[in-house]
Amino acid sequence: MLTLRGALKTFGPVVALADGTIDLAAGEIHALVGENGAGKSTLVKILAGVHQPDAGEFLVAGQPVSFRNVADSKAAGISVIYQEPTLFPDLTVAENIFIGRQPKGRFGLISRVEMRRRAKELFDQLGVPIDPDRVAEGLSIADQQIIEIAKAISLDARVLVMDEPTAALSGVEVDRLFAVARRLRDAGSGILFISHRFDEVFGLCDRITVMRDGTYIATHETGATSVEAIVREMVGRDIDALFPKSETDVGDVVLKVSGLTRPGVFHDIDFEVRAGEIVALSGLVGAGRTEVARAVFGIDRYESGTVEMFGRQLRGKDPRAAIDAGIGFVPEDRRKQGLVMELSVERNAALTLRHSLAKFGLISGKAEREAAQTWGKRLQVKAGSPEHAVSTLSGGNQQKVVLAKWLATDPKLLIIDEPTRGIDVGTKSEVHRLISELAGRGIAILMISSELPEVLGMADRVLVMREGRITGRLDRSEATAETVMHAATASLEITR
Amino acid sequence: MSDPSGAQTILPPEGPRPENGSPAKGRHMAATPGSTQQGVEKRPKQARAGKADTSKVLAVPKGRTGAARILLGRDAVMIYVLLVVVIYASIVIPRFASPVTVGFLLLDVIPTLLIALPMTLVIISGEIDLSVASIAGLTSALMGVLWQGGMNIGLVLVICVLAGLAAGAFNGVLIAYLGLPSLAVTIGTLALFRGLALVVIGDNAVANFPPGLTAFFTSKIGGTGIPTVMVGVVVLIIAFAVVLHFTPFGRGLFALGYSKEAATFVGIDVARSKFLLYLATGTVSALAGIYWTLRYSSARSDNASGLELAVIAAVLLGGVSIFGGKGSIPGVLAGVLLIGTINYALKLDRVSEVVLIIVTGSLLIISVVAPNIASAIKQARHSRRVRTAPLP
Repeated sequence: MLTLRGALKTFGPVVALADGTIDLAAGEIHALVGENGAGKSTLVKILAGVHQPDAGEFLVAGQPVSFRNVADSKAAGISVIYQEPTLFPDLTVAENIFIGRQPKGRFGLISRVEMRRRAKELFDQLGVPIDPDRVAEGLSIADQQIIEIAKAISLDARVLVMDEPTAALSGVEVDRLFAVARRLRDAGSGILFISHRFDEVFGLCDRITVMRDGTYIATHETGATSVEAIVREMVGRDIDALFPKSETDVGDVVLKVSGLTRPGVFHDIDFEVRAGEIVALSGLVGAGRTEVARAVFGIDRYESGTVEMFGRQLRGKDPRAAIDAGIGFVPEDRRKQGLVMELSVERNAALTLRHSLAKFGLISGKAEREAAQTWGKRLQVKAGSPEHAVSTLSGGNQQKVVLAKWLATDPKLLIIDEPTRGIDVGTKSEVHRLISELAGRGIAILMISSELPEVLGMADRVLVMREGRITGRLDRSEATAETVMHAATASLEITR
Repeated sequence: MSDPSGAQTILPPEGPRPENGSPAKGRHMAATPGSTQQGVEKRPKQARAGKADTSKVLAVPKGRTGAARILLGRDAVMIYVLLVVVIYASIVIPRFASPVTVGFLLLDVIPTLLIALPMTLVIISGEIDLSVASIAGLTSALMGVLWQGGMNIGLVLVICVLAGLAAGAFNGVLIAYLGLPSLAVTIGTLALFRGLALVVIGDNAVANFPPGLTAFFTSKIGGTGIPTVMVGVVVLIIAFAVVLHFTPFGRGLFALGYSKEAATFVGIDVARSKFLLYLATGTVSALAGIYWTLRYSSARSDNASGLELAVIAAVLLGGVSIFGGKGSIPGVLAGVLLIGTINYALKLDRVSEVVLIIVTGSLLIISVVAPNIASAIKQARHSRRVRTAPLP
């Protein structure tokens, strides 16, 4: 009922999707799997009408379609349920479902009775008891998703796309969601289910499509394949060839974190990073990796525990102290946290140097420009001019500016959160080689990554986090896709 | 996709670092011997094949040279407009071109000019302060009461400045440390401080300030017509310009005006920066209040009322973005003087007060709309070019 073949989507120089291909039949639940950055989200956004593909074939019910916007996609019977739905908190459940198309009664006024009756009907159909009259504020994410599904059905959606719907759900809620999904499948809808959790994929779905690096790899009947085979296809490359890891002599302990705890977020985090060593912090999105890094750098508070650089304890909640102690932080969200997008390349690159460049408290534009150019040249940042806003650069070049501004501070420890997110494949390996070289020069590197090949290819040691705790400590020799994935997900299977 | 061309090395060999690249000299370098030798083969760097990227490696600044940039920038345009207005007024309006004009124009403009300085910094940092005129009124009222109570005039002035500082600190704590929105807080303190002024002095007016002092505040430097107090004002202008444009603190203000989050990640203390700015607006507003009182030789609770809007209008006219992140002291100076000159010229020409307000308002709207139209045109041109360009 829905076929996408060879869809191409580029953003400037970045190819987000090279070959987006999916074939969804009526009455099936079809899983779409791939690592982060494999192009799943871009594909979903094409289905939803958010993005328009640059090339490729897109058929719905056998007819070629081209969506200009989300409304077109909805009209064609496609509804997307996102991980965290956005309902209007002050409106009731029924009002949220029928927003913008409320049933009219006499005199053209909104008929609340009719609206309530229809909402009730939808929930009965889904087999879920939700009060249509309650206000949406305070509803659990699970209930909000159900409401989105009800809304989709009321819109006559025949295709439901669920983008990682279970990431924020508890076990019971997941079961309920799956029951709803099966009911809809049996009623003849086609459901595209995107998930990182193999137990869910294999327990729920009829077919599985694997994507990697923006490209379609294969589609399998669930019964005819295995977790191992799927993981192999997802990772699917000779990792060592792609990530030339230079062996380095590991030096003294640079960073030592002991007993770091922030209740509900992370607990008893202990680890060390030595000079010249790349330590990867792995785990599922939401396991608390970024939160630990932010606490180490002093962005967020922690309740107990210590962070030491070269044996000297750092003050909490003070990024300036962390910077002075020799820590650099390349944050996960480049656009919001890593760079001031509207400022020029040179201002951004020199922002970390504002104090050290100043003579008698004054900065000269010339010193700033020279510092920016030194590092821009070394990292081969490609920009029209150092005075252009950094937002005009490609993702990879923006990331190089972020790296440049930290390398300019001569850091002893570099924390890199998702080093290659949103970067095209060519620049990616350039960034990897750079990180490897930095370690070779004796910088201690703490890398957070959701991309398994990156973790396995780059790291000397892998720390795996799950639900705020370190659940795996693996040496380079022990770390494989299976061992890391196992440590990252084990408890999910147990609590289920 | 482009291929990751072989074993190209990204960093050049570790040699003598360029002077500016190594600010943290003498820090412990934890590399072990030998490790620095790795990955250092140097290869000629070429642009990657297969990438539709015409831009160069960051090295040679392209485009306008320094002089052209200054001469064509927005600040310069404001100054040209100001010059045109001054010349036009000198020709058309009799009595405009004289030292008397310079004197009265500057005396009139000083309160706006003073407060515009810290206001520029506040707005660049993405906030606003509407309570400035009320702080000026409050200090004026305080000054009247304390002087009438027989206090030494020097002590009175010190207390007034401290009162401004305290008022600014009050705003600052609420906005910077409690994270309340500055618009709401300063609308509140706009009423609060004005109300306090009324409590302090009531409906009275105090006028008998030391004649020497009031004479000093309206005196001129020789025959130039320039008021003596301009010396102090110029010192403040230079101080604020240096802080904004040539210090780490100023660099931080631009960054946090665009993105508080990104600013936090480079170690900028957002709360402390904002707090300091509100201390500055409070203090300078007190200075403006003192000036107002002595210039007109009258301490009243409603002194300087409504001045906050004139200040903000002048700052925005001077090219500061109300969304934060953009602006300069020279631009603001031109903005303040432009509004002051037009007002003064129209007054000399016996144009009524109502027209003055209309002119000021229209100017502000034009100044805000003009850059938008310019960028819309640029945008349209750019997207046409992109649309006609072939896909990579």
